[in-house]
Amino acid sequence: MSEYNFAYLDEGTKRMIRRAILKAVAVPGYQVPFASREMPMPYGWGTGGVQVTAACLTPADRLKVIDQGADDTTNAVSIRKFFQRTAGVATTERTAEATLIQTRHRIPETPLTEGQILIYQVPIPEPLRFLEPRETETRRMHALADYGLMHVKLYEDIARNGEIATSYAYPVQVAGRHVMDPSPIPKFDNPKLSDSPALQLFGAGREQRIYAVPPHTQVISLDFDDHPFVASKAPHACALCGDDGSYLDEVITDDAGGRMFVCSDTDHCATRRAAGHAGTQAEAIA
Amino acid sequence: MSGAHPLLSVQGLTKSYGARRGCADVSFDLWPGEVMGIVGESGSGKSTLLSCMAGNLTPDAGAVVFDTRTSGPRDVLAMPEPERRMLARTDWAFVHQNPRDGLRMGVSAGGNVGERLMGVGARHYGQIRAQATDWLGRVEIAAERIDDRPAQFSGGMQQRLQIARNLVTGPRLVFMDEPTGGLDVSVQARLLDLMRGLVRQMGLSAVIVTHDLAVVRLLADRLMVMKDGLVVEEGLTDQVLDDPQHAYTQLLVSSVLQV
Amino acid sequence: MITVRDVAKRFTLHNQGGAVLEVMDGAALEVGAGECVGLVGASGAGKSTLMRMIWGNYRIDAGSIRVAGVELAGAAPRDVIALRRGTLGHVSQFLRVVPRVPTLEVVAEPLRVLGMDATEAETRAGAILSRLNIPERLWPLSPTTFSGGEQQRVNIARGFVHPWPVLLLDEPTASLDAGNRAVVLSLIEEARNRGAAILGIFHDEGARTQVCTRLVDVSGFAVAA
Repeated sequence: MSEYNFAYLDEGTKRMIRRAILKAVAVPGYQVPFASREMPMPYGWGTGGVQVTAACLTPADRLKVIDQGADDTTNAVSIRKFFQRTAGVATTERTAEATLIQTRHRIPETPLTEGQILIYQVPIPEPLRFLEPRETETRRMHALADYGLMHVKLYEDIARNGEIATSYAYPVQVAGRHVMDPSPIPKFDNPKLSDSPALQLFGAGREQRIYAVPPHTQVISLDFDDHPFVASKAPHACALCGDDGSYLDEVITDDAGGRMFVCSDTDHCATRRAAGHAGTQAEAIA
Repeated sequence: MSGAHPLLSVQGLTKSYGARRGCADVSFDLWPGEVMGIVGESGSGKSTLLSCMAGNLTPDAGAVVFDTRTSGPRDVLAMPEPERRMLARTDWAFVHQNPRDGLRMGVSAGGNVGERLMGVGARHYGQIRAQATDWLGRVEIAAERIDDRPAQFSGGMQQRLQIARNLVTGPRLVFMDEPTGGLDVSVQARLLDLMRGLVRQMGLSAVIVTHDLAVVRLLADRLMVMKDGLVVEEGLTDQVLDDPQHAYTQLLVSSVLQV
Repeated sequence: MITVRDVAKRFTLHNQGGAVLEVMDGAALEVGAGECVGLVGASGAGKSTLMRMIWGNYRIDAGSIRVAGVELAGAAPRDVIALRRGTLGHVSQFLRVVPRVPTLEVVAEPLRVLGMDATEAETRAGAILSRLNIPERLWPLSPTTFSGGEQQRVNIARGFVHPWPVLLLDEPTASLDAGNRAVVLSLIEEARNRGAAILGIFHDEGARTQVCTRLVDVSGFAVAA
């Protein structure tokens, strides 16, 4: 462990990233460029989130890493191990016990609390990208709050599908100003972005951008008056813990069409089951 | 039709590209409801002038004073960019020669028309769609094509769609850069008819840049002739065409084939 | 209503060695309300040139032309446009219209420009087209497809659809048959009788005798070559 500086990155780099984070916190939703470093893992594995985590970690922190809500997937396990080895920090799978949570594609079901930091891995930080390919132009559009185009995207969605079919990476407006891509979280999670007591940081490694939603900041999902935003999920209850209010994954259980819906947030599901809740197939799995 | 101020007052507009002159010391007033044509050959500076007026290019000197709805005559070039953009999507319109420059090819016809509405804060899908349908009708595009993309349209339809997209917010000033260029003659006629009708119904003022003298004769009240970046002659359209004073205008007029 | 004083006109042909053609000098005439003045003189004497200067599509190089009190020499385009909109009517020999526009709309347009609503304007346009024997089945078609005589009648309909106080007529009866010629002459007489000031070129001597109250020979204004 001593062959690495604390949390892998050198102090100069961490300071540079912290400056970008401070700027991002000062201008909620604004994408701050930063000098993203090569990390010992490929792009797409969360190098942006890892660098932000490295810059925020202190030896006293307790780290949780989730991927699609689960603590036990390859991506989550390898990032957790990376920081165990390079920073020697304590880790946990319990949302409530973590001081710092790095996430890919989910916001934990357990409400976050003051003092926690949620760090998102972001593949494409620019919400206007697929409508306006020129970066010079999208930056100007952000500068001028020229966001009509964002609604054109939603308009097209309704024209083509009869409803807003965007179900993840659903665009939001932060603090009444910047339009932001919340990373590919399901739109079910969008309401949790708003007025959260935790600090939310977003890191895009390949695109070299950091942005933030400070605690207690209003985050609004864009919509139309006659097609309001709906935080949708599969219309089932978790087969294991019975929760009908959490976001679900569909799991194929055999090759005869058998399937079940289970909580995507493994910690949430386990905590509920430990407390005695049970779903329809709790016995079968146990 | 005329108010107390010109709708647009261009004063000493000058733009150079290094040592080469784009346009120099161009001044004119455009009154409400007036259509002005700018003619000249390629490289005469007419497109440079149009870009400078429309804010797509920053001139080296001069002023472009527009009679704004809220605060009267203001120099557009001295406005902060957010304000200028707001003006560009509410009171101004720009029709490009190539519809591909003025349309979003990946967005449906309805989305193209609705964009300006959404840009100024429209947030009711049903109303946006109703307005888009109405405008498609006005430019003679069938309502059932509202969800088709412009790539599926003919050149003339694309140009009409561009006009609908621009006029949906009820602008007062339209800049047109060779609006009939690249279209078949019969399609041109239809477009000219449409533009003339819209200009009159909406009381629009327009600046039309073209090299087609037949187009300006039919659409423009006034004409400005440019050569090498300078205005060599200007006046009432039929006076400039029937009694040209400058050598270059005489050459231009006499070079047109009569049909 | 029309006052021409000391008007001179020359053409400088820049592309033919800068040749200067002095075509008119010292032109003067007056047309009052209720008058119909015919311009006469040999071909090339300057009848059309003078008409065009009054209409505003030829520049006035010297002197003064006033129409209903508006000075045309050096007038701003918008003043000429305003004059043409409500005061000065014109029947030219050429029909210049956007192809594809229906005849009825072509004739109604001057009224629409004056702010009349479409139904009323088209009713009036239809009335004058009927009078000029343009059959109703042609009204929805563009006049660009018509014969010379029909186009001329559309032009006349456009020139008489609004009671302009001042009218310029350039060969209004050319290429018309006897019946339509009579209609046009009665239109001119009616305009004159309602007090319009009319200035015209009529090669048709019979027409001239019937409608003109006075003739002016422009030969005296021509500059000897």
